Amino acid sequence: MNPYGIALTLVVFYVFSELHARRKAFYTNPVLLSILTIAVVLKLGNVSYDSYMESAVFLKFLLGPAVVSLAIPVYKNRALIARYAKEISLGILIGGTTAVLSAYWTAQLLGASETVLRSIAPKSVTTAIAIGVSAKIGGIPSLTAVLVITTGLLGNAFAPELLNVFGVGDRIARGLATGVSSHGLGTARIITEDELAGAVSGLAMALNGVFTAILLPYLIEVI
Amino acid sequence: MKPYRGLAIIFGFYALGEMVSSALHLPVPGSVLGMLFLLSALLSGAVKLEWVENEAELFVKNMSVLFIPPGVGIVTYLGLIKAQLVPISVALVLSFVVTLFVTAKTVEVVRR
Repeated sequence: MNPYGIALTLVVFYVFSELHARRKAFYTNPVLLSILTIAVVLKLGNVSYDSYMESAVFLKFLLGPAVVSLAIPVYKNRALIARYAKEISLGILIGGTTAVLSAYWTAQLLGASETVLRSIAPKSVTTAIAIGVSAKIGGIPSLTAVLVITTGLLGNAFAPELLNVFGVGDRIARGLATGVSSHGLGTARIITEDELAGAVSGLAMALNGVFTAILLPYLIEVI
Repeated sequence: MKPYRGLAIIFGFYALGEMVSSALHLPVPGSVLGMLFLLSALLSGAVKLEWVENEAELFVKNMSVLFIPPGVGIVTYLGLIKAQLVPISVALVLSFVVTLFVTAKTVEVVRR
């Protein structure tokens, strides 16, 4: 097994994480910058994706145990879940379904292919879960990964401002809407503005991930 | 040898989730099932938080780097994206704004 893919990934990510720590902005997002940089490096070096993946697949495999580990933040926030059970369950039920249907139908109306529709449907869910769901429903996990990150960047850049435009002042509503629409990257932004909204957002992200993973495979067969 | 207890629990629940998902032909990813099983085990007291806390937080806090290899896979689909750039980008932006609005308004109505 060649060590180059995993080495390249870790070196590039380390460099961009340092940059992001110094300059926190949506355009310094280390995941997106790393993906773009490695894609360019492979292209310039005339290296195939398969030979990069030969060792990078080891990192990708760890997404499974990482998703299992999401049980811990949910368990730790169980008191918060119980206190806002009604808001959280209705917000995720309606918001999570809206996220899937609005993306699917818009792309379908504008002529996207079936594979793209299946790749775009889970885009509001945290990447690790979205990749698993995409593979299960016949999408392209790589395309889904990039669409999820792009969606997160939208939330990271604009969620609080848009909520102001919509006149949403309630902190639970702000947090839940951010987590359901733009998962971890949205959460990372709103938590810097309001800790309660941030906690609710992180929780909404985890629960919406589970909800979508269970709902989407069945929903995709009927839409 | 303490970290091995946490890792054994996490990978054990992952394997269990994959086994159940494929044995029952469920469309839900095995990792998500594993997460639900681990959550039930924590809630029922079968697994104690301190047995897995450190190892799980290592995964959760360093998850970002794991998205890069699948993300780079986009190089194989550049033609597909270029051909469908309009539906893809309009769907992403519109769906984000609509979802943010609908979710926030739903919660506001429930809380009133």
